[in-house]
Amino acid sequence: MIRETILIAFREIRRNIMRSSLTILGIVIGVAAVITMVTLGKGATAQVTSDLAKLGTNLLQVRPGQHRHGPGGIQSAGAMFKIEDADAIAREISGLVAVAPTASQTIQAIYGNENWSTSAIGSTQAYLHVRNWQLESGRPFTDSEIRGGQGVCILGSTVRKALFGGQNPLGNTIRLQKLSCQVIGVLESKGQSSFGTDQDDFVLIPLRTLQRRIVGSIDVSRIDVSAEDGVSTNKVEQDIERLMRERRRIAVDQDDDFHVRDMQELVSTMTGTTRVLTGLLGAVAAVSLLVGGIGIMNIMLVSVTERTREIGIRLAIGALERDVLMQFLVEAVVLSSFGGLIGIILGIAAVAIGARILSVPFIFDPGIVAIAFLFSAAVGVIFGYFPARQAGQLDPIEALRHE
Amino acid sequence: MKNSFSMEINEHCLMEFQSVTKVYGTGSAAMPALRGIDLNISRGEFVAVMGPSGSGKSTCMNILGCLDTPSKGAYLFEGVDVGKLSRDRRALLRRHYLGFVFQGFNLLNRTSALENVELPLVYRGIPSDERREKALEALEAVGLKQWATHTPGELSGGQQQRVAIARAIVTDPRVLLADEPTGNLDSARSREIMEMLTAFNLEYGITIILVTHDADMALYAKRVIRFLDGIIESETENGKVR
Repeated sequence: MIRETILIAFREIRRNIMRSSLTILGIVIGVAAVITMVTLGKGATAQVTSDLAKLGTNLLQVRPGQHRHGPGGIQSAGAMFKIEDADAIAREISGLVAVAPTASQTIQAIYGNENWSTSAIGSTQAYLHVRNWQLESGRPFTDSEIRGGQGVCILGSTVRKALFGGQNPLGNTIRLQKLSCQVIGVLESKGQSSFGTDQDDFVLIPLRTLQRRIVGSIDVSRIDVSAEDGVSTNKVEQDIERLMRERRRIAVDQDDDFHVRDMQELVSTMTGTTRVLTGLLGAVAAVSLLVGGIGIMNIMLVSVTERTREIGIRLAIGALERDVLMQFLVEAVVLSSFGGLIGIILGIAAVAIGARILSVPFIFDPGIVAIAFLFSAAVGVIFGYFPARQAGQLDPIEALRHE
Repeated sequence: MKNSFSMEINEHCLMEFQSVTKVYGTGSAAMPALRGIDLNISRGEFVAVMGPSGSGKSTCMNILGCLDTPSKGAYLFEGVDVGKLSRDRRALLRRHYLGFVFQGFNLLNRTSALENVELPLVYRGIPSDERREKALEALEAVGLKQWATHTPGELSGGQQQRVAIARAIVTDPRVLLADEPTGNLDSARSREIMEMLTAFNLEYGITIILVTHDADMALYAKRVIRFLDGIIESETENGKVR
């Protein structure tokens, strides 16, 4: 009997193929939109998370000056740090893996005829660790190179490409302004950050080398700190703040003239934002599913009116109320699930294209596909029920008289 | 779906009206269609119901066909008081014991003759092979086996009515209710239909109740009941006044 009902439903749908296609259009668009939004949203979230993970795990940045949130993000001036500040953090605060005092300067890097404007970052071996850099080839700095401020450097992959092209840079000497330094390593590429900057465009040299031979000061503009796994970055942040207030002799009633930024916090803020956006877009898409459902109800009501005579014949011949109800309900469900299927195919196609355009990873989620399909079938049940019940409750005598 | 009916079978009286009254509307708009009808129809009868429009014959047919129920009085089908049955029980009665033929044929459009004839069997839950076989037999009985795959639109009026008759008899009903089956047909086609009904009455013992305007058609019946203004004006048997 149920097989018969489904066959009848298919025949009715085929009979009015134009109308049926228009009827399911709402569902098709709704399902496609939900799938596209949710899948792209998931891709974007994954993208942001992995980008921020590349910055370094459990990373905290200590910078001079006040950090103000809000328009402009103005930073008031504050005295620069010294290497001793970084040493103090490393010595006095527990739960840290590495501390990297850092300073930087925009410079021209020159090798042979090649000339590239980039930034020189002066730091220690710890920098590679806190910022999660891997060496593609070569070696990190030695302690003596750091202490002695020697002329050695490690190249970001952008700089390597700009200066050396396909050649092997290891052992060659490049010039950074007046300083000539030997290339001892090349970093693996991280690519663009989610903020659109090229993360590979810099040359890493020992901090002392930068201070003495390029900048000519002993300032440290930033201290990067990496906390141990499982240690609360919040607590580390508070500890650093307390220590720095002490060292910089800030009175109790004065504001900090430095700030500590917790990257973990940034990660959760960013992923939170994308998640909320995904949810919002998904919800808007879900509304179009609802509208699609109303479209189905509308057409089913028209269909019941049009087929009143047929319903009368069936009832007179001995169909029960529930037989007729089932017939129309099955028709609505077949229609809406068919719309759901087409919507899923279109949605996945849209995601495949959209992911490429937005350069977001394509993360296929069978869960959302299943939910979208079940939801579209449910729309058929919910919005088909009322017209179907109306059909079942027709008076056979009246229905047979209907022209 | 199984036949969930069990009822006492009264051999003598298949259908019985006990002072049946039917009123449409309520209050001052109330319109009596039947005013206290007593009527007995036995198994195997061929009854013609006549009368002008508005005389109550259609209402009578609707009640006989379990499509409607009396306002007052009782209608017993094989001893069962139909007025007390639910809508679904009455549908099951129709499904298992009654066949209908209408003036306007009432076939499903764009559906083949065979599928139209199969329709009542679908609701009886008969498997498709058996259904097809029975439907073809019924079509053969009305002489339309070779038209099985044609849709009503491709058939003449007379042929369509024969398909409708095949649909009515395919379930071997106790009673075939025919509401002006020849109303839309010319006299030659009408005679064909009437002869067919007579044959089913005689050969299979199907009780036939025929509503007609046409006195010539009523001649095929063994008994003629005339309605006027909601009451039975006269009953004639074999052409004689009872």
